[in-house]
Amino acid sequence: MATYSTNEFKGGLKVMLDGDPCTILENEFVKPGKGQAFNRVKLRNLMTGRVWERTFKSGESLEAADVLELEMEFLYSDGEMWYFMMTDGSFEQYPVEKKALGDTEKWLKEQVAYTVTLWNDNVINVTPPNFIELEVTETDPGVKGDTAQGGSKPAALSSGAVVRVPLFINEGELLKIDTRTGEYVSRA
Amino acid sequence: MPTDWRPTASIETLRARARLLAEVRAFFAERDVLEVETPVLGHAGSTDLHLASLSCQATTPAGRERLWLQTSPEFHMKRLLAAGSGPIFQLAKSFRDGEVGRRHNLEFTMLEWYRPGFALDALIEETAALTCRVLGREPGPLRPRRYRELFRESLGLDPFVAELAELRRLAGERGGLDMGDAPRDDCLDLLMSLVIEPTLGRGGLDVVVDYPASQAALARRHRDPEDGAWLASRFELYCEGLELANGYDELTDAAEQAERFAADNAARRAAGLPEVDVDTRLLAALAHGMPAGSGVALGLDRLIQLALGKASVAEVMAFATPHC
Repeated sequence: MATYSTNEFKGGLKVMLDGDPCTILENEFVKPGKGQAFNRVKLRNLMTGRVWERTFKSGESLEAADVLELEMEFLYSDGEMWYFMMTDGSFEQYPVEKKALGDTEKWLKEQVAYTVTLWNDNVINVTPPNFIELEVTETDPGVKGDTAQGGSKPAALSSGAVVRVPLFINEGELLKIDTRTGEYVSRA
Repeated sequence: MPTDWRPTASIETLRARARLLAEVRAFFAERDVLEVETPVLGHAGSTDLHLASLSCQATTPAGRERLWLQTSPEFHMKRLLAAGSGPIFQLAKSFRDGEVGRRHNLEFTMLEWYRPGFALDALIEETAALTCRVLGREPGPLRPRRYRELFRESLGLDPFVAELAELRRLAGERGGLDMGDAPRDDCLDLLMSLVIEPTLGRGGLDVVVDYPASQAALARRHRDPEDGAWLASRFELYCEGLELANGYDELTDAAEQAERFAADNAARRAAGLPEVDVDTRLLAALAHGMPAGSGVALGLDRLIQLALGKASVAEVMAFATPHC
């Protein structure tokens, strides 16, 4: 297996740490003028999503993680597994467990492309697109004319997510949502 | 075709850099310190355990031989001092293998100067004056901080007497790594770099003095009046969490210098690192007699970075290492 030395660490590099695949977020070289050099490294554990801050002696190395990020569209769920298909024309399908899906479950919509992370051929994470268009399935009736004033109400969306929306929104409307913050952006 | 041909500093920044370089030269001209230029390549390198020297093969009248790229202009400048140059300064390109990051570049500009007859305190004052001049700040009161006190204040332990096991545990805990077999100085370096340094030089200049004798490098040693512990007669200047300068009350004893070179190379062997050719001409110059005095090396790119409010040294260099 390939290894990477601290001076090759850069954002996006996938390495193994404590048995888990991680992606490097930041790598800072720290060295007193006369003294041992260290690398202060921030990594995201791809299994848990947690950010770790670790220090390495410069020149130490970590094993590369066999991690792939692929674009796949959501097909369907049978209640136990969620199925995604490659968008490269190969029609290759991957089953995803609830655990790997995590919070993305509430942003699922058929035929939308997601970034699926594979580690040793198993799906470990699914990231939704930054923005997604979803239909309002349930909310209080809209208040006419109130387009600029503040005020919001909860609205349930077709994917199962509940977001705060302006008072003028009605059931059946298609909304653009920022999946990173879970916030309403606009009418679609 | 590569798309990263453009400079890592803007042209506007390079103009500002040129103005600051002129300011540095004016500072030393006013003080009658002679500007010198010494070779970047030499027959000897730095033996320092934690400096990785670059070397190259060159054809010279002696044939095909190995020449070292300097990690600082120290050795050549000391030979000038021994030859009677009087006070000298240099803006010197220096090279340290593997050192690339937000605060480091493989090749960088060292502002180094020597003051025969200066005690360390006088040089500390001059270093602070130069720093304030380049930063465009009014010189404020300097805050001298003893290495030992810094550890006591921020970590609650005496770095000179603490058990090695305790230092390893603390360094490992603060750094998030296993320091189980690390030597004492590595633990101290890690704690200094990660815990103490970021707090230094906030809203003013901090000068750290009285380093452990094991970190003396080319500085004299003296005893701590507190308990007689050996200390290194050196200082470091900090501004905004950044180490800017490293100064010594210079070692002038040829025999002791030779011993430290040998000890460095022994430590390099033990660590599995390549040995470095010792500068026998420097030893000869010291044996001839170098005037007692102090000298300091200042990372000019970092100082310019601070003066111009940039986030990394790359932003004040025409072409930082990844783009050269």
